[in-house]
Amino acid sequence: MSTAKTGSGYHHAHHFDSAEHEYVSAKQGVWLFLCTEILMFGGLFVGYAIFHHIYPEIFKVGSKFTDWRLGAANTVVLLTSSFTMALGIYYSQKREQSKAVAMLAITILCGFIFMGIKYIEYSHKIHLGLLPGTWYSADPASLVKYVGDMEIPSNLPMYFSFYYMMTGIHGIHVLVGMGLIAWVMIRAMKGEFGPHYYTPVEGVGLFWHLVDLVWIYLFPLLYLVS
Amino acid sequence: MGHGSGQQASHEHHIIPFATYLKVFVALLVLTVITVAAARVDFGALNAVVAFAIASVKAGLVLAIFMHLKYDDKLNRVIIGSSVFFLVILWIFCILDIFTRVSHSSTL
Repeated sequence: MSTAKTGSGYHHAHHFDSAEHEYVSAKQGVWLFLCTEILMFGGLFVGYAIFHHIYPEIFKVGSKFTDWRLGAANTVVLLTSSFTMALGIYYSQKREQSKAVAMLAITILCGFIFMGIKYIEYSHKIHLGLLPGTWYSADPASLVKYVGDMEIPSNLPMYFSFYYMMTGIHGIHVLVGMGLIAWVMIRAMKGEFGPHYYTPVEGVGLFWHLVDLVWIYLFPLLYLVS
Repeated sequence: MGHGSGQQASHEHHIIPFATYLKVFVALLVLTVITVAAARVDFGALNAVVAFAIASVKAGLVLAIFMHLKYDDKLNRVIIGSSVFFLVILWIFCILDIFTRVSHSSTL
């Protein structure tokens, strides 16, 4: 296999002119992938807007079951993880290996905290029988303490279809992101990254920040705007 | 720059200073507090607009600094901008359809 050697000792693949060319191309590929992610989540947001317009009452009642304090806690957790992810790249660029590994480890820890809070929220709703579509089995009497004298609309399960689909796909992205960060953390431990080569950390970082971006919009949508 | 930048093998990347990351992080936390506070004020029909405007400021900070777009190849901005552009098209056409429907009761 033909590889070209740069001053840093990093060998870029033979179909690139240089290590920089490889870096720019790889990053461009990640951005193209992020486009597909934005369009996928975007479709769900547009769907939410349409059904919110047609059936505003189910969103009004449905949002009574989300606790803004848990949503805000998860927002802070994800913003912190984005900050530490950015620092993971920053220390990789400066070849401060142990700091880079520590920052990536904190990022993964934040992912666990996020999923832990998500577990509390999901189990609370599942316990009440607030499931999407045909699985919805909530006893109206047990919902009174959340909705007061508001009437429970017969199509309330549709709210939970949106809720679980949007937070669920987002949650899967968090899990995938955690796995990817663990992968670059192990490579960082082996000392593979430095100022001349940190492409995987940068790419995984972009993905993780996108997961944060989606949550920045999901938080007011599901927890605050009723 | 695009392929042009590929010619320089020893090109140094711009490293955003630690202080900038910290400022952005603090700004994001402050904006989260503002998001929660704004939700307690009733802006009527503008509630969702206000919430999404604040979210977009946060998104802009993440994109520019955490995702390095401010110092990145311009092509990456075009790429991400194109996805937002097509999302807006989807959004506008759905609004034109759904939000302008008039419900009729047939007399037939």
